[in-house]
Amino acid sequence: MMEVAMDTNKIDEIINKHQNEASSLIQILLEIQRENHWLPKEALQRVSQRLNVPLSRIQHIVTFYKAFSLIPRGRHEIHICMGTACHVRGAPRVLDTVQDLIGIKPGETDMDLKFSLETVNCLGCCALGPVMEVDGKYHGKIEPAEIEGVLKNYD
Amino acid sequence: MTRISSPDALERIRQEILARRDPEKPCISVCAGTGCLASGANDVIAAFEAEIEKQGLKTKVYTKGTGCPGFCERGPVVVIYPEEICYLQVKPEDVSEIVTETIKGKRVVERLLYVDPVTGEKAIHESDIPFYKYQVRNIIGNNIKIDSKSIEDYLAIGGYSALAKALFKMRPEQVLEEVKRSNLRGRGGGGFPAGRKWEESRNAPGDIKYVIVNADEGDPGAFMDRAILEGNPHSILEGLIIGGYAVGSHEGYIYVRQEYPLAVENVLIAIRQAEAYGFLGKDILGSSFDFTVKVHRGAGAFVSGESSALMTAIEGKVGEPRPKYIHTAVKGLWERPSVLNNVETWANVPLIINKGAEWFSQFGAEGSKGTKIFSLVGKINNTGLVEVPMGISLREIINKVGGGIPGGKRFKAVQTGGPSGGCIPEELLDLKVDFDELTKAGSMMGSGGMIVMDEDTCMVDVARYFLNFLSDESCGKCVPCREGIRQMLKILTNISKGKGREGDIELLEELSVTAQDASLCALGKSAPNPVLSTIRYFRDEYEAHIRDKRCPAYVCKDMVSYYIDPEKCQACMICLQKCPAEAIEGGKKKIHVIDQEKCTRCKTCFEVCPPRFGAVKRVSGETVPPPIPEERRMIVRE
Repeated sequence: MMEVAMDTNKIDEIINKHQNEASSLIQILLEIQRENHWLPKEALQRVSQRLNVPLSRIQHIVTFYKAFSLIPRGRHEIHICMGTACHVRGAPRVLDTVQDLIGIKPGETDMDLKFSLETVNCLGCCALGPVMEVDGKYHGKIEPAEIEGVLKNYD
Repeated sequence: MTRISSPDALERIRQEILARRDPEKPCISVCAGTGCLASGANDVIAAFEAEIEKQGLKTKVYTKGTGCPGFCERGPVVVIYPEEICYLQVKPEDVSEIVTETIKGKRVVERLLYVDPVTGEKAIHESDIPFYKYQVRNIIGNNIKIDSKSIEDYLAIGGYSALAKALFKMRPEQVLEEVKRSNLRGRGGGGFPAGRKWEESRNAPGDIKYVIVNADEGDPGAFMDRAILEGNPHSILEGLIIGGYAVGSHEGYIYVRQEYPLAVENVLIAIRQAEAYGFLGKDILGSSFDFTVKVHRGAGAFVSGESSALMTAIEGKVGEPRPKYIHTAVKGLWERPSVLNNVETWANVPLIINKGAEWFSQFGAEGSKGTKIFSLVGKINNTGLVEVPMGISLREIINKVGGGIPGGKRFKAVQTGGPSGGCIPEELLDLKVDFDELTKAGSMMGSGGMIVMDEDTCMVDVARYFLNFLSDESCGKCVPCREGIRQMLKILTNISKGKGREGDIELLEELSVTAQDASLCALGKSAPNPVLSTIRYFRDEYEAHIRDKRCPAYVCKDMVSYYIDPEKCQACMICLQKCPAEAIEGGKKKIHVIDQEKCTRCKTCFEVCPPRFGAVKRVSGETVPPPIPEERRMIVRE
């Protein structure tokens, strides 16, 4: 399971890289998030201790920004672009279809930790809209009918 | 690399780089911007490298991945120098033909050229393609010429000469004066004159000052800043260092959203290179001016693009705005004078220093000088980034550069200025695009998003979409924004669900005024724009939703119903099999009927019904005709 707490040494390494500066707090959290895909409580406590920043302030930050997750993420991350260009080209129907197929809503992860679903406000490849991104791979001009075929390739 | 210690040494190095390069040697430039990468540009680059190796041309051809030239619609884009032949939508399987024909045989591969959809004429060069022809590409034009990870490429096109000029031939006051005279206005949204901001910071008391690049491009549908930062990061650094010199700052920050990983990567590479060459650090080019730059990644919050919020975020706190009774130019980052400009604004600075304020102000309109990059997206034939002189009309951008609306649909509106902007209707298409004219029309320039909408777009839905976005992104610190947007969203959602009431429009207007007057920052102050502009120009659509419970564009699901015309249905089973809700009854030779109770209005049947049958119909504001009786549903074919 992925819930095993993150290695403290790894966290310390990231903090040391930023020279222990409190102003780098967000940067440190971003790196832990990238390394571990979510932020376990132990990791936040370690950061709080090392940087001498109250845990409440860290909680404020990690709940404010979208990049952070306080729960474990699935093996595959699906991002549906809900930017304006994608919206007028039918993104809501793409999202509806994905939700129906994998049975979770944006912000959620399924029980098998297979997929996490997120909406994003713009991936910046509007020429390809509507866009679904799975693990960094872009599926452009996607039709709701094609989605099942794409998601079948992930396990 | 030893640090370059004088302007003369810089020129020598530039000449050495140019001397090493044979201008006649073919160079294959492949766009490696995010848009083209998503369409498979990496595979194309790899295919070129393999093919060149295979054909034994390794020493005879350059290949490079470049920044985005803007024509995302037809990516991956490939340009072959020195002839400047432009190939579009290139796939790995086209590569061997290009190398054999164009590189070796000096012949053009006709089928990969741009074809004019109207005249059928082909265009060989970038500059012959209408999409490019009507643009003035002062900034973005360099993207395709340089490898975005190579400082040598930037130096080869004259990079850092503006910095040398500023440091050695101009005093900081003169640099400031030049920028002021150019009347460069901030490209990030507000359009505040950059020179005045710089001057305010320069004159503010204190030894420590900051200059900051705002690359937290959060507007959905806008990606011009990303394209510049990814494609030509050194131009931003050069502008920022010049700005630091003019303001009297020795520390710069680049705040870039982490959703742009390639931009972060390229700008970090550029900073390392600039440090190694002596454009950053101590005693830059031997001028005794010191300057360092740090990159700060944003963690995904639209409101953090607001100036005071962005500075708070750099301090490592939650990026919320604060009251600005004192300008951030005087009291900004860590309460010190701070100049914040967006990416495109900084990109203009080296041009102004090199070519002068007069050169710059020959482009553009009265009050809005220079060019502006727009991201032209939505229901438009040529999606992409377009750089045009300000003052050009919307009609020219949409029809000439953008190539009009696809599928023979009718234009309905263009939305400018991102979530804080407004929708402009067809009758105002001749409006000149500049800071002031757009504001007068109830929209704004914003960062330059331009989303084209056709007859299939519902304006109530668009307003609801933006308010939904803004209510998500409101930081919640002040009541008028947090509660005002929430209430407006509630009303709009009701209207789009067919629960609108008389008086809703007036209530929306009233809430808008309060949010505009009383919100803390620009997010709340401008949040009502999408609502007010759609009410102003498309009031009839609101009234249709409220009074007739009808969505004229058939977008608002709760007001649309689908049925199958028994006269036209051929019982082909296509819709029946595709319906995800299993709401269609029927069978082979048995006319299909939609069960209205089960139907989720997903529109699938409407789309899959073969156009030659056209049996699936939709209605809004009226009830569907009753299904034909069971006994008449069998089709008897002779």
